[in-house]
Amino acid sequence: MISIDLSGEIGDLDLSVAFEAGAGLTAIMGPSGSGKTTLLRAIAGLERLSGRVQVGDAVWQEGQSFVPVHKRAVGYVFQEPSLFSHLSVEGNLAFALKRNLKGADRAAIIDLLRIGALLPRNVARLSGGERQRVAMARALLSGPELLLMDEPLSSLDQAARAEILPLIRDVAARVPVLYVSHDPLEVARLTERVIYMENGQLSGRPAVTLDGLSQAEIEALAMKALGYEIARPSAANSRLSSDG
Amino acid sequence: MWDAIRVTILLAAVTTPLMLALATPVGWWLAKGGKGSAGWLRDMVAAVVALPIVLPPTVLGFYLLIAMGPNSPLMGLLQPFGVRTLAFTFTGLVIGSLVYSLPFAVQPIRNAFESMGPRPLEVAATLRASPWDAFWSVALPQARRGYVTAALLVFAHTIGEFGVVLMIGGSIPGQTEVVSIRIFQAVEQLNFAEAHLISGGLLAFSFVALIVMLVVDRRFGARSAGIRP
Repeated sequence: MISIDLSGEIGDLDLSVAFEAGAGLTAIMGPSGSGKTTLLRAIAGLERLSGRVQVGDAVWQEGQSFVPVHKRAVGYVFQEPSLFSHLSVEGNLAFALKRNLKGADRAAIIDLLRIGALLPRNVARLSGGERQRVAMARALLSGPELLLMDEPLSSLDQAARAEILPLIRDVAARVPVLYVSHDPLEVARLTERVIYMENGQLSGRPAVTLDGLSQAEIEALAMKALGYEIARPSAANSRLSSDG
Repeated sequence: MWDAIRVTILLAAVTTPLMLALATPVGWWLAKGGKGSAGWLRDMVAAVVALPIVLPPTVLGFYLLIAMGPNSPLMGLLQPFGVRTLAFTFTGLVIGSLVYSLPFAVQPIRNAFESMGPRPLEVAATLRASPWDAFWSVALPQARRGYVTAALLVFAHTIGEFGVVLMIGGSIPGQTEVVSIRIFQAVEQLNFAEAHLISGGLLAFSFVALIVMLVVDRRFGARSAGIRP
């Protein structure tokens, strides 16, 4: 059980959020600048807000007590792949495993994320999708009680996303995940539990409007929701923006 | 001549590792610490560290000579340990070199720490690495290019020192006489053969050092961690 109650000001943002989440994947959605990343960073302890954070039996923050990041059983997958450039794939995984005191099933995690063949590789020679898979494996090997993922697919192309989405579901079966995204289609394929944020506060589910979209764009959205990649014959491959 | 070469190489070899150890906390603090309200303090420290670049070496040498002379309060602190003066000693030369070359070590190391940004250390923290652990296992290895640049610059810079060494070392053959001073004296004595020999050697050495630095820079990636122009 994850229980979050955080508030405070960081930069221009006045954030105040309280919610609980259980096992599996909970998505956090909202427009950019709504405070999703700040919230994740505060849960990890990378930013300091006031309030309370509890994950399982461990209280990470309450009143004046603030457990530093490196003493929290938290995993974090950043928006851009953040592998250590001075280590190989193998070295990146070993970094996490070495500091995980309770141990982890290395073979199972490597298998889960299908990175066995990548182990000896230099991280600079990996594709974006491969890097995020290694980053997820590395986070899991550190033995987290909660995995935070900040738009891990946003820098990837459509093919890599399609490949990784089901892996994220498998990961969420092992450890609770808070997953920040602003892509409704991506979230729809991952979970039904969604928290919406706006201007640093929780908000209700925004009404979906199709105003201003062309017929072709609505069709494209529907196709994308069903998992199809659309090659449009007209307009020289001007594909519907997938980073939106 | 050989005495001067021996003293010079010994001086550079002693100064370089001491300098890297000294420049690491300074460079780290300038890159990562002193944020927010302490910003002005960081600028002050950065200016002090950079002083030897613009200060005439004789001015630096003069003050160091005063500070290391028998009448300075600094030496007064050392007198209980049987040290009266460090002027005209090899130890004095090492201290002078450390001050003189400080910016050449701090700048590349600071740049290397700055250019890696906060992310690698944040990642390390989320993987249970304490700040101390993360410094050794992530920050230092990722800054290695800055360290290679700093080491080469400091070594080469120390080899070529003249003004500071002359002021605080005198030029005692076999103890504080270094090659650049040897050249000066050879020319004064119209011994052009020796001056040619040492000068040519220093020219070749400096060229090779710069080539090595460029190769290292290229091999470790496109962005330079060296002194910014």
